Amino acid sequence: MSTSASLIAGCALVTAAIKAAGPVALGGRELPKWFTRVIVLLAPALLAALVATAALADGDELALGPETVGVAAAGLVVWRTGSIVACVAVAAALTAGLRAL
Amino acid sequence: MSTREHTSARAAFTRGVRAGVPFAMAGGLLALSFGVVSQGAGLSATAAVVMSAIVFAGSAQFAAIAIVAQGGTVGAAVAAAALMNSRFLPMGVALAPSLPGGPLKRAAQGQTVVDASWALASRGDGTFDRWLLFGSSSVQYVTWTLGTVVGAIWGEGLGDPETLGLDAIYPAFFLGLLIKEVRDGRALGVAALGALIALVLVPFAPAGVPVLAASLAALVGLRRRAGGEGREDDLRREADSESPR
Repeated sequence: MSTSASLIAGCALVTAAIKAAGPVALGGRELPKWFTRVIVLLAPALLAALVATAALADGDELALGPETVGVAAAGLVVWRTGSIVACVAVAAALTAGLRAL
Repeated sequence: MSTREHTSARAAFTRGVRAGVPFAMAGGLLALSFGVVSQGAGLSATAAVVMSAIVFAGSAQFAAIAIVAQGGTVGAAVAAAALMNSRFLPMGVALAPSLPGGPLKRAAQGQTVVDASWALASRGDGTFDRWLLFGSSSVQYVTWTLGTVVGAIWGEGLGDPETLGLDAIYPAFFLGLLIKEVRDGRALGVAALGALIALVLVPFAPAGVPVLAASLAALVGLRRRAGGEGREDDLRREADSESPR
């Protein structure tokens, strides 16, 4: 198999296996209440981590950049207006503007 | 499936498609740059498109390609992709109780999880609207694949997505969802803890691990709140405390 083919096959297999693991192991039954309490909190934990690593880090070092400012402003917009579309538009425009300076 | 269930499933799917459109547009632009970057790593245009079509995981694809471009082995690239995707483990665990059918069917439905769809489909009470998830992911799948086609064939002339600030779109979106998702002090505390865990690990851990580790913050939920069991009681308490004083 060529390098490309084995790379693609490998990535496809691990991705499919990871995405299937939870649903196969835990689906189709009632889960205890403590489990639900943890699940409810997974969304804030994972979303916050995705935001933090995208806005406050570059590769393996902590770094502030134009996108940090753009994302912070986007947070203010969503908090004050509740509009996700406005939030994203502000983030992209501000980030691009600061990079153009 | 009864007629009524069918109608509500279709309505949820449509809502998912609509909610997914902004993510799909951002994802399509990101896929453009994947189409370009992957050729620098020695992938043919066809290989890049096939990869997007069957892997459908942006950050993992970029991570794998970056390692190959730096001269790393296929094994190292696949391992990086696996780590990058490891956050889908807790997401799949959370989603599992909301998926009907046998193991194979559940595994197939689990393939539709991508970050934005998972967050959009979360009802906030521990359950997920699976048809909304499918709708949101389907439109993102289309633009992810098409974006890669365009990038792989005509990408050179399109310019750098970073110049346009497109890399800020994903974190801004997730921050918007997070702000809407956080409904009480405990969720806010867990979000802060998750962000802190991830940032502390960034300098030391391989890419992907910081976000996976952040899911540990949700274990705060193991502790019952004083005098309450779950959200219903809390909502009732909040309602009580807001009564006329």
